[in-house]
Amino acid sequence: MEGIIGYGAYIPRNRIKVEEIAKVWGADAPSYKRGLMLEEKSVPSPDQDTITMSVEASKNALKRAKIDPADIGALYIGSESHPYAVKPSGTVVAEALGVTPEAHTADFEFACKAGTEGMFVALNLVKAGVIKFGMGIGADTSQGAPGDALEYSAAAGAAAFIFGRDKIVAKIVDTYAYMTDTPDFWRREYQYYPQHGGRFTGEPAYFKHVTGAARGIMQNNDMKPEDFNYVIFHQPNGKFPLRVGKMLGFKKEQIEPGWLVNKLGNTYSGSSPLGLAATLDIAKPGDMLLLVSYGSGAGSDAFIFKVTDRIEEVRNLAPLTRDLLDKNKNYLEYGEYAKFRRKIRKAD
Amino acid sequence: MSTPSRYWREIPQRYRLEANKCNRCKLIFFPPRLLCPECKNRDLEKTKLAEKGEVITYTIIRVPPAQFSDQAPYAVGIIELKDGVNLTGQIVDCAFDDIKIGMKVKLEFRKLFEQGHAGILCYGYKFVPD
Repeated sequence: MEGIIGYGAYIPRNRIKVEEIAKVWGADAPSYKRGLMLEEKSVPSPDQDTITMSVEASKNALKRAKIDPADIGALYIGSESHPYAVKPSGTVVAEALGVTPEAHTADFEFACKAGTEGMFVALNLVKAGVIKFGMGIGADTSQGAPGDALEYSAAAGAAAFIFGRDKIVAKIVDTYAYMTDTPDFWRREYQYYPQHGGRFTGEPAYFKHVTGAARGIMQNNDMKPEDFNYVIFHQPNGKFPLRVGKMLGFKKEQIEPGWLVNKLGNTYSGSSPLGLAATLDIAKPGDMLLLVSYGSGAGSDAFIFKVTDRIEEVRNLAPLTRDLLDKNKNYLEYGEYAKFRRKIRKAD
Repeated sequence: MSTPSRYWREIPQRYRLEANKCNRCKLIFFPPRLLCPECKNRDLEKTKLAEKGEVITYTIIRVPPAQFSDQAPYAVGIIELKDGVNLTGQIVDCAFDDIKIGMKVKLEFRKLFEQGHAGILCYGYKFVPD
């Protein structure tokens, strides 16, 4: 039996409110808040990036898994904000955790789907018997151009999952992937900010792929929405995951525990993995979970997990995701935020 | 500015807090050395420092070394870790007025500085309120 043996989250403590961003650009905050169903977002400190947040989320996962990091055979980080253009994030994270040198690592990129890609590969290497333990991490310090709609949602966070065969917290029932070539959101080389197709990111992109993956995995397993206790979708804004849930026949109560976006923003590759971590925080033994990510470009990975008795043992060994989200917040003004996110051009 | 090779040599202590423990006088010391600074013994074992401790003293740096110029003003403290070792490091994610002697802190992995716009990124430990 394979599955998750440890999971961990990390969210930076800085926040900025929608009103604070709207004030600077002369935008109407109430309509953004209503339109995006979003109140505030997380912001990384200047000394935080995909690598540092991955290390912290992974340490929390290791506290729950209680394994020797040296036994991890593969470590994959999915992000669209790897700090280096050339040089892996994974080597730094693996070195900081004590995973090196006998391990395989790779940095994944697939817009917001990169995190679940790393999880997909690590899990399947464990299933294939190639490695004993594998780690998949989704982390991002997302970029949104100043004044663009994305600036209200592009946030920072990370979640890490360790997969193995024994002492399972959530057994993997099945995985499924659904993807096409759909140019709804992209960032060309040397460009600082991404571009997107506006409303084109909706129906032919997010909704098509999320419903495609969710229906595909449910059909393959002869399951219906009511067979799941909880479902976690990618959360680019508050509305999309609730709407796609309704389209598929899920109830709001099944979505809510993993729906962090209204206070967190879109953590891109960390988005649905953080939702899964928050859902595991409240799940009971025997619960069935459906996770469906989404990455522009475009595609979705789907996973069905069955929670085991061990969840009760490991849950409180590391910080709970909702506590990281709700406690110890530090609100920034736009000026500090612009400095933190390097939106101010300085002299050399 | 340190070179990539010097940064690389310090990775075990900067990333994982690897220290030495003297097998004769039991002193734990950091950074690791070839012989015990107390009893000059060479029979040492590798150990990892505790990741929690409390602030013994601190100061605010307003005139920093060149590679930290973007970060000033910032707090630097001496932290007594739970294993008794004293460690110097930045205290971040905390307003200066909230830093108190005796405050409980824990270690977090952060970016220490960047070697200019095109050089390597240097990572290591900093302290945050626990």
